[in-house]
Amino acid sequence: MPSAALDLMHKESLMQAEDLTEVIRQHPFLADLSKVHMEVLVGCASNVHFAEGSYAIREGEIANKFYLIRTGLVALESVVNARRRIRIQTVGPGEVLGWSWLLRPYRWHFNGLAVAEVRAIALDGECLRNKCENDHDFGYEMLSRFSRVIERRLEATRMQLLDLYTTTPKVKK
Amino acid sequence: MTHDALHPAVELADPLLVHPVTIKKMTWETDDTFTLDINLGEVAQDYTFRPGQFNMLYVFGLGEAAISISSDAAEPGTIAHTIHRVGTVTTGLAQVKRGEMIGLRGPYGSSWPIDAARGKDVCIVAGGIGLAPLRPVVYALFRERKAYERIILLYGARSPMDLLFRVELEEWSKEHNVEVLVTVDRGDSSWKGHIGVVTTLFSYLKIDARATVAYVCGPETMMKYTIDELERRGLHEDQVYLSMERNMKCAVGFCGHCQYGPEFICKDGPVFKLPRIRPLLEKKEL
Repeated sequence: MPSAALDLMHKESLMQAEDLTEVIRQHPFLADLSKVHMEVLVGCASNVHFAEGSYAIREGEIANKFYLIRTGLVALESVVNARRRIRIQTVGPGEVLGWSWLLRPYRWHFNGLAVAEVRAIALDGECLRNKCENDHDFGYEMLSRFSRVIERRLEATRMQLLDLYTTTPKVKK
Repeated sequence: MTHDALHPAVELADPLLVHPVTIKKMTWETDDTFTLDINLGEVAQDYTFRPGQFNMLYVFGLGEAAISISSDAAEPGTIAHTIHRVGTVTTGLAQVKRGEMIGLRGPYGSSWPIDAARGKDVCIVAGGIGLAPLRPVVYALFRERKAYERIILLYGARSPMDLLFRVELEEWSKEHNVEVLVTVDRGDSSWKGHIGVVTTLFSYLKIDARATVAYVCGPETMMKYTIDELERRGLHEDQVYLSMERNMKCAVGFCGHCQYGPEFICKDGPVFKLPRIRPLLEKKEL
């Protein structure tokens, strides 16, 4: 390939990385990430889109990505049996979808159905895991951020389990 | 007792006097929650209430229950109560027909300090039936829309079938500088909205902590988590107001039925500024 074409490709890839960096910076999950760590991370990032009714993730499949949701809404579903799926929670703009990429066996535990058209940044799990292994400061930064997300989700799930709005009727209907 | 924005001095002529009123209309909001529009009849001229206050509704032969007023305080003549059918009296109220008579006494208790939000953003957080006593706040804010900045309403219910005032929620969400976010704890495939507890909705918002007043009503656990979220976002406890619920009997602080530590929910509440009620929220035995 001529060197001019390679230069052009290189420039385009730099521009894409700059654009992605800007988009990622606007997402609350990584808004305050240091410039150094952003440069490490952006190489694993890409723009993705899911049409309404399509699945971003599927239970049991390899969890090789996570998503920073920019717009739209993803419903997490658990498959009870062939006919029944329970929607457990939704993940929307400014939130993170998926942490199964972090832990073995790297498989999704839920379906993620786009209930409204979704625009997101996908981050490649394997790419990130390798970078976390090679740069422990970066790895610690990522784990700290995911721990906060997991803690908030756990808190919300506990509250959901309390079924706060149920009142046992004191009289028969 | 000192009087402040929550507790303006209102003297009821005879606080225990029951007035006969008639049912004007009944609307089922959900399977177990209904709204009663009540024609105040003879007492209409003298009757005024403030958002957040409640009445004692008396079903003859069954007894009384304390029910928040859910209608617009500026609409004279008729008032509405949105009632969760859960006990003997509320089941009795669910069975009264249009034109039939019930007893009413009130209004009682403290009110939401709407003036505290003048020139500021308002963040209303409601869970379940907790939206009912906050609906008059929304009416009051819309009545003087220019006096307030952004209005945020976060509302959580158990399921889509349990959502109150669906039509109004839709209408309010279309208003300028108003954000209405609704979530349910359990959704089915027909539900296209948020699923999760009401506090998860905060992640979709940026709140101007210095210029926001929050009004919160719902189950106590939900209110505790909501306080945590508001404080995480920088609100000071002086900017947060809660409405508490307890079983009530006399509604005027005589009987002690609704006593909550040193407070009487009926007389000192139901609306409290957070610092006043906070130490009690932490006590498990209350």
